[in-house]
Parts: sequence; C-alpha cells; structure tokens
Amino acid sequence: MSLYAASKKIYPRSVEGIFAYWRWVFVAITQVIFYGLPWMEWGTRQAVLFDLASRRFYIFGLVLYPQDFIYLTGLLVVSALSLFLFTAVAGRLWCGYACPQTVYSEIFMWIERKVEGDRSARIRLDDANFSLEKLVKKWYKHFLWISLSIWTGFTFVGYFTPIRDLGMEFFHTTMGGWELFWVFFYAFATYGNAGFMREQVCKYMCPYARFQSAMFDHDTLIVTYDEKRGEPRGGRSHHADPAAAHLGACIDCTLCVQVCPTGIDIRKGLQYECIGCGACADVCDNVMDKMGYARGLVRYTTQNAMKNNWSTREIWQRVMRPRVQIYTMVLLAIVIGLLVSLGLRTPFKVDVVRDRSTLSRITEEGTLENVYRLQIMNASEQEQTYQLKVQGLPNIKIETQTDVVVAPAQSRWVVVRADIPYGSTPAGSHPIQFEIQAANTRDYVVEKSVFIVPR
Amino acid sequence: MSDFSSNYWSIFVAVVSVLGIVYCALLLWFSSQVKVQVHNPDDLTTGHIWDETLQEMNNPLPRWWLWLFILTMVFAVFYYIAYPGLGSFGGQLGWTSQNEYDQEIAQANKALEPIYAAFDAKAPEKLAGDPKAMAVGERLFMNNCSQCHGSDARGSKGFPNLTDKDWLHGGSPDKINETITKGRVGQMPSMAAAVGTPEDVRNVSQYVLSMSGSPHDSVRAALGQAKFGACAACHGTDGKGIQALGSANLTDKIWLHGWGEEAIVSMVNAGKINQMPAQEGRLTPSQIHVLTAYVWGFSNKSVAK
Repeated sequence: MSLYAASKKIYPRSVEGIFAYWRWVFVAITQVIFYGLPWMEWGTRQAVLFDLASRRFYIFGLVLYPQDFIYLTGLLVVSALSLFLFTAVAGRLWCGYACPQTVYSEIFMWIERKVEGDRSARIRLDDANFSLEKLVKKWYKHFLWISLSIWTGFTFVGYFTPIRDLGMEFFHTTMGGWELFWVFFYAFATYGNAGFMREQVCKYMCPYARFQSAMFDHDTLIVTYDEKRGEPRGGRSHHADPAAAHLGACIDCTLCVQVCPTGIDIRKGLQYECIGCGACADVCDNVMDKMGYARGLVRYTTQNAMKNNWSTREIWQRVMRPRVQIYTMVLLAIVIGLLVSLGLRTPFKVDVVRDRSTLSRITEEGTLENVYRLQIMNASEQEQTYQLKVQGLPNIKIETQTDVVVAPAQSRWVVVRADIPYGSTPAGSHPIQFEIQAANTRDYVVEKSVFIVPR
Repeated sequence: MSDFSSNYWSIFVAVVSVLGIVYCALLLWFSSQVKVQVHNPDDLTTGHIWDETLQEMNNPLPRWWLWLFILTMVFAVFYYIAYPGLGSFGGQLGWTSQNEYDQEIAQANKALEPIYAAFDAKAPEKLAGDPKAMAVGERLFMNNCSQCHGSDARGSKGFPNLTDKDWLHGGSPDKINETITKGRVGQMPSMAAAVGTPEDVRNVSQYVLSMSGSPHDSVRAALGQAKFGACAACHGTDGKGIQALGSANLTDKIWLHGWGEEAIVSMVNAGKINQMPAQEGRLTPSQIHVLTAYVWGFSNKSVAK
C-alpha cells in the first residue's frame, strides 16, 4: 500500500548546549512536582487529592466541591491563554521543553543511551545479529522502562487515592480492581508513548502541531537555519577560507539531522514536525566552535529579522508587540481574577429545595407553613455551626432548629419549616431569602426561595 | 422489550452497522489499489501544479495507524457479537443497563450489610435513640417517603402527618412496619344512599363536627345523630374508628381530607380510596426496619432514648 509506510526508527544523537541544559531543567522541575506532590501531607490528609468517590478536591488548604468547577474552567482558560502568549513569543516552547510526551521521551531516551550507548552504538546493536549481549541490553532497557512506567502509573493514581494507602495495598496485594487497572493502563500508556511512539505522537496525533501555524506570526522566535549565511553548503578543510572556496558556513556535517528527535532537516526551513527543542541549534554551535566560525548558523530568530537583517535588540523590540501585550494583559486579568475569587470565596455553599408535594399547609396553631430542605455544604476543614434566618415576608420565622452543625468537608440536608401568620400575606408565590451565617467567621450566604400562600 | 410492532427497524440498524464495517474494509482495499506517482523523490511531490505554485506531496501515513484502524474493525466485530449493537439483538454476554444497575445495587447493599445487621439487632424503640441509625433513617425518608409525606413528615391534604399520635392502622412499631412493607388501602365507600337524603347527609356532617368539639350547628347535629348508625358500622359507635378497618377517628381534630362541612359532605357522598404504596421489593427489610424506628420516633420523642 503506497499510501502507508512503516515509520523508520529515529536514533537521536546526544547533544550538549544551552537549550539541552534548559530542557533538562524543565524535566527536573516537572517531574519533581509530578512525582513529589502526592507524597506531601496537609494535616491528617494528603495535600493534593482528588477524591472522586466523595466528590471532594483537596488542594493544600482548599476544599473544592464539584460546584467549584468554574475554577477548573478558569485554569483551562489560563492554560490556553498562556499557550497563545509564549507560542506567539518563542514558538513551540511547550513542545520542546514541558510537554509530557517530550519529557518522558527524554527520560526514556536517556535510559536507552545509558544502556545501549549513543547513536552509532544503538544503530549497530539494532543491526547486529541475535546475541547474549543484545538480549541482555534490550531486556535490561525494557525492564528499566517498565519499572519507571509502573511507578508513573502508580503516582498518577496516587492523586486520586491517597498514595500511601495505595502503596500499602500494593504490598499487601489488596489493591482494588479499578485502581489496579488505571495504574497499569497509565503505565502502559507511558511505556508505549515514551518507549515506542515518541515523535509519532507529535507528528500524527497531537493537534498542536497542526495549528501552530495559526499562532505564529512573522515576529515569532523560531529555530531557524540561516540560509543566507549557510549556503552553498559543503565540506572543506579546517583551515580553508570559506569565502575563497565559495562556500557558506554550513559544512554539511548532518549533525543537525542526527540530533533531531523528530528526524527532520531544519535546513529545509520551518516544518510542522519541529518541536522547537533547539538540539540542532546546540549541536551546530558546537561545530561552529570547532571550525572557528561564528555561532548561530541555526538559531532562534524571527522571519522579519531574517528578511530585514535585524540586530538582536531590534528583534527583542518586536517581541513586545501589540499581540503579545494584549495576551499578557488578558492573562494577567484572568489570573488575578481567579486568585482573588479563590481568596474571597465563602467556605460554604447552600442550596434551597422547596418541598413540592406539600405546597402549603395550615398548622394546628393556625399559621401558614411551607417546608424546605437546605443543603449546607461545608467547604472548610473544621466543624462549623451555621445559623439560619429567613426574611422577605412580614413575621416570617423558622419553626425548626436554627443552629445546624456540619462536619468538616461534609454536606448535610436540613429540613426547615417556615411559618407566617394566617391571613397576613395575600395568596400567591412570594419570594423570600434564607440567610445562613457561619457562627465562627462572619461569612454568610443568601439563598432565594419562594413562599406559597394558597388561594 | 421492543416498542416496535415489526422487526423492520431492528434489521435496518443491524444491516447498516455491518455495512459500516464492510465499508471500512473496502475503503482500505480501495486505497491500496491507488498508485500514487511520486514524480520528484527529493521533495516527494507528485508533479502536479495548481494555481501556479500549489503542489501536492505524498506523505505516507504510518503503518501503525493502518494496523490500529484494522484493530478497530476487528474489535467492532467482536463487540457486535458480545454486546447489544445489531438492532435488538441483545449480545452473547446478555448485558443490559438494567442488569448493570441491579448488580450495582446488590453490591452496594452487600457493602452496607454489616451496618444494617447492627441495626437489625436492635428493637425499633432502641433504634430510635441511635443517632447514626436515625441519620440513615432521615436520608432514607428524604429519598423515599418525603415526596408524599413532606420533608418534615407532617404530610398535607390526603397524606398523613406521621408526627402526630393519630394512627389509622396502628402506631406500634409492628404496625408501622407492616404499613410500610405491605402498604395500605383506605377505603371509605360512598355512604350517601345509606345515610339518606342530601339533607340527612348535611345533618350527619354537622353531627360528625360536633363529635370533635368543633364549631357546629347543634340543631342539625341532633338530627344527624340518628343517621349516624350507618357510619358506626366502620367508625364504631363512639366514632373513634376501628383499627382493623383503618377507619378514621372522628372525635379528634385531625382532618386528613379537609376540615369543615363541605369536606365531610363530599367524603360521605363520593367516598375515598387512599393508598399507601407497598415498599417491600423497593426497600430491603433492614431499611424498612430503620424507617420504622425513624417514623415511630416522631411521635415518641420523649420515650426514645
């Protein structure tokens, strides 16, 4: 089938340089956070825990209910806007430095390099005939990969089930069916994506690669091959003068192709496969150093800069262009809005459900009565006493107990009977308000409902 | 269980589903027959040029994608055999959403067994003083009983107040349990013919009002007393009701179906059938045991401890 082709395995060569250094910094930061966070404690519980079964989401001191979903939406909006912002500034920073696919592929490739050697050694090993050495190396590599994958799956599930309990269950082989499934599912996904799929995800699965062109403009810093300086390319002696030999700076060593994790040739220009990792820039700089030429044959620059031969200062002036400024301001506004909202939120919620079967009733004492159910959701981690009050009609009062105790992070349904003197209000549906005040703090919530007086 | 009277739509859906898989296979076969001419191996273009500069490249899809596609087709075939998908064919595994729900309920009940076992061991009178049991009872009540009896159990017109001391069918824990489990049907037949003329019915209504000490017309009440014999058969000569029949106590101040002469007249004329649905089958005996204690506790607050 000529429409399909087996993908050729890519053997990225190792590289050292400033961009490679920063990639490893981000690997460290992201993984320390990911693997470390579930182990942090907050009082008696895990600091970051998404308890799906009880529908409570704990983030350090915050107790979030499903009703707080708007904050997740806010977080997604912030993520999207920040993506737009730094993509407009410097291209696929996410792809090259922070994306889990890149980060895990980096880690897995590092393991592969340690076990099987660098690029040439790995190619030779794959081409070699079956031997004990090959068997041992391959199995050892896969053993390390699988171990790391299972640890990753275990950590991921540890965000949803307290990780220390999960560990105990693992050792006593009492882990629940679903937990076991998800640990191995996520482990399998890590193993498959970072061990085998790698750039196939970036090239064929991830939508980001495809719409990056919509987020770039002519002032976006991207990894670029300086064609004017580099062409015509060709090998030459170390001591030769490139100008005299009618050659550009590019010596056609193809190292930029060898280090590329997606297997492209950056000298062809910006391609959708390029994840902006800067490995080609690093290795070319190394080669330029060895040749005694100036660095930057492959470097971060903008299309406008290439066209107009701008200096670095001129490039940076254009970085803070209107598009970037607007993104920044909108992002700042939303982030501040979210933080303020979180900081000022009332740590409890109330829902009023009016009884539908009992529209209204006349009591023995001759008052008119409506029945309600109030759901009081305590979003703090202390036991709270709430005081209930009702207003909106003359002489309306609550006949049931007005002091309600709710346990930490629990919600409770309370039956409330509200009475008015018979005949004091005309027939119909009247709006009333329940005011619920927390006894310890000054927080209060006002919830609307109606009081029905029958005809 | 199909709502359709003929098999047509079931077969239609099945045929379209199968054709869908067949189509996918055909698509793969067809695209394998296409020979793409790659004109220029350097940049993989086909050589065609549109609009002066628009060129077409051939970037082959990765083979793993093709295998995944085939895998989904194979999976679909197995899925159609195992699960419902081909019209109303239920699938070899016999899965239904009703079954899944029943299994989940059974699992949940099993998990709750030890808790309910502890409750079963206690008599309702003792259980009414157990705060944990009463919290469970409150939730059970909210979910199952409050729709008719109100969230505070005080009922409304036609739905009994469970917090008072008036029990049509008995207020002991045993009787309450029986009421919840088996339900009750309260039947008051139309008594207009037995009482006599419409005037007689009005007189009897006034007499009934007088029995509870409510404001009434004494002259009419005296006349009505003579006609009360027809009522005494069910309500007792003293009008206090007969528990076995579930007849109301006419001498108290509780008027389930409305107060006043008009309400009583319409009861006598038209009669009434008031039903409490049986909860057995919907609630487990243990749950009914907890509910019994909860409801009993309403009218026995001082005793329950």
